[in-house]
Amino acid sequence: MEAMLADTAWAVMLIILPLAGGITCFLWPTLSKTLGLITVAGVALSVAGLGRQMMENGVYRHAVGGWGAPLGIDLFADGLSLLMLIMTALVGLGISFYSRNYFKPQEAIWFWPIWLFLLAALNALFLSADIFNLYVTLELVGLAAVALTALTGHRDALNGAMRYLLAMLLGSLAYLLGVALLYHDSGSVDIVTLAEQVKPNATVWAALALMSAGLALKTALFPLSFWLPPAHASAPAPVSALLSALVVKASFYILLRLWLEIFGFFAEGAATLLGLLGMAAILWGSLQALCQTQVKLLVAYSTVAQIGYLFLAFPLASGSDSMIWGVAVYLAFSHALAKSAMFLAAGNLVRFGGHDRIADLDRVVQRLPLTVSAFALAGVSIMGLPPSGGFVGKWLLLEAAMVQGRWDLAAVMMIGSLLAAGYVFKVLGYAFTEAEVSHNAKTVPASMEWAALLLAIGAILLGFMAPEILSLTRMTVSSGAGGAAP
Amino acid sequence: MNGSAWLPLLVVASALLPGLIIFALAEEKVYLRTALNLTGAFSKLLLTGWMLWGVYHGYQYEVSMPFLPGLDLVLRADALSLLFIALSGILWLLTTIYAIGYLEGSPHRSRFFGFFSLCVTSTAGVALSGNLITFLLFYELLTLVTYPLVVHRGTEAARRAGQTYLIYTVSGGALLLLGTVWLYTLTGTLEFKPQGILRNLSEENHPALIAVFALLIAGLGVKAALVPLHGWLPQAMVAPAPVSALLHAVAVVKAGTFGIVRVVYDVFGVDFAAELGVTGPLALLAAITIIYGSLRALFQDDLKRRLAFSTVSQVSYIILGVAIVGPLATIGGVVHLVHQGLMKITLFFCAGNLAETLGIHKIHEMNGVGQRMPWTMAAFTVGAFGMIGAPPIAGFVSKWYLGLGALEAGQHWVILVLVGSSLLNAAYFLPVLHRVWFRDPPDTWPAERDFGPKETAWALLLPPVITALLALLAGLMAAAWFSPLEWVRLIAQREFYQP
Repeated sequence: MEAMLADTAWAVMLIILPLAGGITCFLWPTLSKTLGLITVAGVALSVAGLGRQMMENGVYRHAVGGWGAPLGIDLFADGLSLLMLIMTALVGLGISFYSRNYFKPQEAIWFWPIWLFLLAALNALFLSADIFNLYVTLELVGLAAVALTALTGHRDALNGAMRYLLAMLLGSLAYLLGVALLYHDSGSVDIVTLAEQVKPNATVWAALALMSAGLALKTALFPLSFWLPPAHASAPAPVSALLSALVVKASFYILLRLWLEIFGFFAEGAATLLGLLGMAAILWGSLQALCQTQVKLLVAYSTVAQIGYLFLAFPLASGSDSMIWGVAVYLAFSHALAKSAMFLAAGNLVRFGGHDRIADLDRVVQRLPLTVSAFALAGVSIMGLPPSGGFVGKWLLLEAAMVQGRWDLAAVMMIGSLLAAGYVFKVLGYAFTEAEVSHNAKTVPASMEWAALLLAIGAILLGFMAPEILSLTRMTVSSGAGGAAP
Repeated sequence: MNGSAWLPLLVVASALLPGLIIFALAEEKVYLRTALNLTGAFSKLLLTGWMLWGVYHGYQYEVSMPFLPGLDLVLRADALSLLFIALSGILWLLTTIYAIGYLEGSPHRSRFFGFFSLCVTSTAGVALSGNLITFLLFYELLTLVTYPLVVHRGTEAARRAGQTYLIYTVSGGALLLLGTVWLYTLTGTLEFKPQGILRNLSEENHPALIAVFALLIAGLGVKAALVPLHGWLPQAMVAPAPVSALLHAVAVVKAGTFGIVRVVYDVFGVDFAAELGVTGPLALLAAITIIYGSLRALFQDDLKRRLAFSTVSQVSYIILGVAIVGPLATIGGVVHLVHQGLMKITLFFCAGNLAETLGIHKIHEMNGVGQRMPWTMAAFTVGAFGMIGAPPIAGFVSKWYLGLGALEAGQHWVILVLVGSSLLNAAYFLPVLHRVWFRDPPDTWPAERDFGPKETAWALLLPPVITALLALLAGLMAAAWFSPLEWVRLIAQREFYQP
């Protein structure tokens, strides 16, 4: 039993399982609710299995069909990838639990197959070790995400989805051009080989610019974030949660990989630019969020702002602090938990009250204490108040910024936190005001309230697991097979 | 004493667990909720008593868990934290009893008592924090859990007051965070240690340390209501009376002040802070706050607002005592942490009784109210005289030591501040007392509730009478071994000024 657990190719399961589950859901729509949830649970278990293997053997590498790089397809996982996989599994589990009761039957037919397909694509992306596979999986993620956005078929949704589709295609195209240029320059698409061979020259710079721009567009880095708020706000709540929590993190992860392994060693100027855009994103996104009158748009703009924090890692890492990449992933993780909780909570409010106008919320929120708690706890992490994942992540960023004398970054982070407090409490302020209950309230299933709350609690608990998680991010190829322990 | 290392954690849990359970309770389960509250409050007192005994005999209680790379969360009970814990434990019990009576029959009581317990939890955490990061954590938690209490009434005015409260406190928290991170990058540790942690830093860091000090004090000064950061406090008066009482006497205001005490003594070290030249400006700021708060209090007709400005003024005595630099002034300042708490909570309880029983909110409505509610107003009188600094009430002891300390440190201007402030205190309390006892009562009170032959409900009457007695005893028996003053002497000897 022990040996069987250790030998199973969990990484392959991570891709096969959701694919198979998705196809089955498509063929037997009546079973999709149960089957979907079981599949996602299976994926979560497989991630645990992979984690166990990696704790023992260190970095994971698996040649599919026995063909290794550069010819075949390698599956590869180090600490960063494992963390992204854990994030995907946990958030996916919460959202699946929520979605069981969210969708009407005619929507559920489409939701489950596409979501499982998206899950397979995300897992494959986090397990890829070459920039071409990353492109393929990124494209799959994008297409699945667009399909989910358009799920309801409402006019707003189709409009948002159309913008989203164009942004996605443009982004991947730019990235693909960059891949072609790098391949032309070095004759390889394997990240490890590239890391050894790439020297800064005109072609590489062009590739860097194209890939960074394409990925920044997909990650919705300001000012390329124009597509995100309409798409995220118009989608059904679980889909918004998936998009904000996971999909934008996929392209961010690729960018992070490229910089960590290839570009980070020479592109300080570009890192500064990314940092500047990150700062602008924090300020602009937070201000926009503060101005919104509807909850879902507010949460969507908050995503724009929080993505800005992730990009602050680029200039800080070029100040030769390699720990900072781990911090960025940690921050992405806590944002994923908190933001999915927020979107799910917003979904409950909409379901209950039939609208999401902030000023009329007091009629709604007092009847849904669990949902409001979820929103509040997630808000604590988004604001970066202790104890929460958001606090720890921002503390570490702030510390790095101060050590390097980057007062501008520190100041923007603090202002961003204050603005975040402003927009979170803009919603919560109405949780305590008294209004005559005068609308035909619908009920919200308990599972939907608990799903949001559990994710939010996860975002808080993450704040107490920083030592473990940060040591996990230090598990890289260069640290050898020693495993997680430093 | 291995098992008792967990005592600090248990003290925090004694308020946390009842709070979490209460959230889940249905509104009408009054008895269960009351039982939970009282169990929590009594077990906290018991645990505190145990630790007081232990610390007096030289035991150390400490528990820690890893939190950030190189930084642990540490809960540690030393003499100073126990002073604050004991105060908050006693006042929590009394305020709970009071709140049960005060809120009887009003909506959202589970929510109220839940957040109330969380508020006490964070105060206990603030008191027991063994380093600055733990302190920061509970300090911010306190902001979050007091917000629902401030807006508890649910009116539009309450919502706006809550907004103001948040703008002040969250900004303060941000400054504190900035200062803390900066300090950490300079020192690599945030431990609270007697004589501070900065002795070994080289000369060139001193400008940065002054900036850090300014950031920390600004961040803590918001909650401690240092002028000009005090704006939220009078507005937060929309909260129910037990909340105001707790906020002013123990929780929020005191958390800020306690933080300043910690920063001056256990982070910077008072001698080092004096060397840096930061205590002078702090003393000046405290003096300005004392005078300004008293002046503003003079002109308030709303009773709770007058008390609020009085708090602004009184709390800065503590900071003044800390900033004068000298053992006697320290004793005067730190003991005022307890004395002001006892006196101010008495005054707020009484104000709440007036509002609940007779519907009186303004001072001009208080004519002859002493005849209608003699016990309440007797307690009020004790509190007011204590604030003025009349012997033998606790406030006198604080002022006496502050004055002696100022003379000892050669800072004679402080005497002027103390005298001026006492005169102002008299000017805004004595006319109230005159109204209460010597004017004729009106024919009808604004909104009288009938309590039969009693002047008001027992749950409302007992707490202020007890706290007034305690304030009196703390002054009368200041030399007894169990008095707050003696405990503060112990603190000063052990931690602040080692021979």
